[in-house]
Amino acid sequence: MKKLYFVMAALIVASLILSACGGGAAGGDAVKVGQVTDLGGIDDKSFNATAYAGVEKAVAELGVEGKYLESTQQADYAKNIQQFLDEDTDLIVTVGFLLGVDTATAAKANPETNFAIVDYAYPDCFGDPSEEGKTCGSTTELSNVLGLTFQIDQAGFLAGYAAAASTQTGKVATFGGINIPPVTAFMVGYEKGVQYYNEQKGAEVEVLGWSTEANDGSFTGNFDSLDDGRSFAESFVQEGADVIMPVAGPVGLGSAAYCQESGSCKIIGVDTDWTVSSAEYTDVILTSVMKNMNVAVYDAIKAQVDGTFKGGVYSGTLANGGVGLADVAGASDELKAELDAVKQGIIDGSIATK
Amino acid sequence: MSNTTAPAPDAGKKEKKRSALAQELLVPVLAVVTGLIVGAIVIAVSGENPFVAYGALFAGSFGTPADFIEGFQIYFSTGETRELVKAIYPFTESLVTATPYIFAGLSVALGFRCGLFNIGAEGQFFIGALTSAFVGYSLKGLPMIVHLPLAILGGALGGALWGTIPGYLKARFGAHEVVNTIMMNWIAFKLSDWLLNGPMKASGFRPVTPNIEPSAELPRFFADPLRFNLGFFIALLVAYLVYWFLFKTTLGFEIRSVGANPDAAKYAGMNIVRNFVLVMFLAGGLAGLAGASQVLGVDHWVGQGFSAGYGFDAIALALLGKSHPLGVVLSALLFGFLRSGATDMQSMARIPIDIISIIQGMVIIFIAAPDIIRWLYRVRAVKKEETVLTRGWGK
Repeated sequence: MKKLYFVMAALIVASLILSACGGGAAGGDAVKVGQVTDLGGIDDKSFNATAYAGVEKAVAELGVEGKYLESTQQADYAKNIQQFLDEDTDLIVTVGFLLGVDTATAAKANPETNFAIVDYAYPDCFGDPSEEGKTCGSTTELSNVLGLTFQIDQAGFLAGYAAAASTQTGKVATFGGINIPPVTAFMVGYEKGVQYYNEQKGAEVEVLGWSTEANDGSFTGNFDSLDDGRSFAESFVQEGADVIMPVAGPVGLGSAAYCQESGSCKIIGVDTDWTVSSAEYTDVILTSVMKNMNVAVYDAIKAQVDGTFKGGVYSGTLANGGVGLADVAGASDELKAELDAVKQGIIDGSIATK
Repeated sequence: MSNTTAPAPDAGKKEKKRSALAQELLVPVLAVVTGLIVGAIVIAVSGENPFVAYGALFAGSFGTPADFIEGFQIYFSTGETRELVKAIYPFTESLVTATPYIFAGLSVALGFRCGLFNIGAEGQFFIGALTSAFVGYSLKGLPMIVHLPLAILGGALGGALWGTIPGYLKARFGAHEVVNTIMMNWIAFKLSDWLLNGPMKASGFRPVTPNIEPSAELPRFFADPLRFNLGFFIALLVAYLVYWFLFKTTLGFEIRSVGANPDAAKYAGMNIVRNFVLVMFLAGGLAGLAGASQVLGVDHWVGQGFSAGYGFDAIALALLGKSHPLGVVLSALLFGFLRSGATDMQSMARIPIDIISIIQGMVIIFIAAPDIIRWLYRVRAVKKEETVLTRGWGK
């Protein structure tokens, strides 16, 4: 027993000594960047990971100091932001609309700190007279917050065109996590792209799983069940589709696994290039609709470093590289040329994507 | 504990009691220490310095003395509170994190006392959060003195209802509560998904509830960003009430008797069925309070991913606290400090937050298998009555 007490006492003393020296270590004068993730975590292979890729690039190329904090529940958002504020972080990157309110609150209380929020922009009340600082975060634009938004329908349009050009069965499919604009924007562009292909080629490719006209389609109701991804893919294949675009984060990996096993369908990845993020499914990935959050985040950090950071709204488009389509697997030179032409049409405004 | 073997005739009783308490505390304390050591090994293996990590963990959960002193100095000389707020932030934030743990831990502990294994605390937590949020945002124009208690009560009742269903099924049909509470969890998760996307959704497309009215918020003691609120003291009060209920009332005695030996309790004329339902009602209510305290005190709205698994951690908590309200409060504080300090550890030492889950997991293993601890530290087992945690199938 005596030995035991000794060991415990030694441990306590050690921890006290160490905690005393734990606090210090102030950084140099490098620009400090901190990213607060939403619930998906830093290695979600999507949203948070892509945004952090931008931070990592800035660390490598601009010499900034970058780190992240993961949120495991709603109450962590404010806490993690506060942690970065306490460390005198220069630019805080928050990811996702769930952090909208806490980001606005912190931004107002700390006007000297800059913020960039992914997939959100103030004001964000959809014409609803919500209370200031409540559900919508802020009813006015905040001068120290840059909202990073993406016109993903432009890239979805290209994906729809590529899918229509690649299908053997004349049917292509898509499904989403839940029926909300950030998800359905992919699907709207996708359907439009297919329709455009039909007009141009006199084809009759059919889209399953989404109709812009009805504003409804197939939704799994979640962003985490790989089983749902599998069963949705299976039923779409039974209905005759051979290209599927799952807009539901990791759910799509379940679909990819099904396609790989059955060999009966191809997948269009979303958010990032899936041949990189999920390389094990490369053989069934047709292409990916990329929301280049890394580009947007990197640009925001670069502006911070250059001293040109300005609040407001950044809109990622095909033109500025904020959104894009990955290489289409096995595409003919003809299809590549067509996609380039369509892309130009979207950029110069002659083709509508919504 | 060498003095246990030499009981003096007069001072014997007191001495015995003290050493029994020490025995009672020994295994949990050693389990926590061992968990931390294993955690340190994992950190070291992953190539980081465990001392730096635990230093940051400590600073993140309690704050650093230097900051305290500096904060007070600046406050007294200039009246500027900024540094002081920064200094007390970690400690208060740990208490904020501990609050739902206390409620949820009490919920599971109460079940254990009656021989019921309430795995459903997480679901009851969700339902309690949603019902209290509903009361919080749907009623408008009430004074706080009415609205706040109503919202708290709403949360408790929501959780209680969710707990009563498996309790009733167990009492009436003998359906095992473990299976049913797990099922009720899933129903609660899916129900909350639906509610957040439908009836309870704020205007706009996002799956979140509207903010609760200010009159339903648990008052905070300091200005932003400090979130320390009345909920913590309510939790302590409720812990005392649970203690009083279990150990000072006839009903509490009945519940413990049913837990210890249902056949004997039945023979003694106690109503087992009623006790099962009652305990699950109360346990559900406590878990519901955990959800309510989180909504009304910290978040003020509910979105998807509202809980970080408080209800599941609560099972570990109750085991660590030996299903005694005081033990639960202490374990909840430990979990709260670990969870809260982890933010600092993650940021300053770049240790993933998951390490905390590993430490918690190890602690639970050591609690569940105390022989490992006894063997590791050469502690002899004392023959005594163990609290019945749960009975097997079909009894």
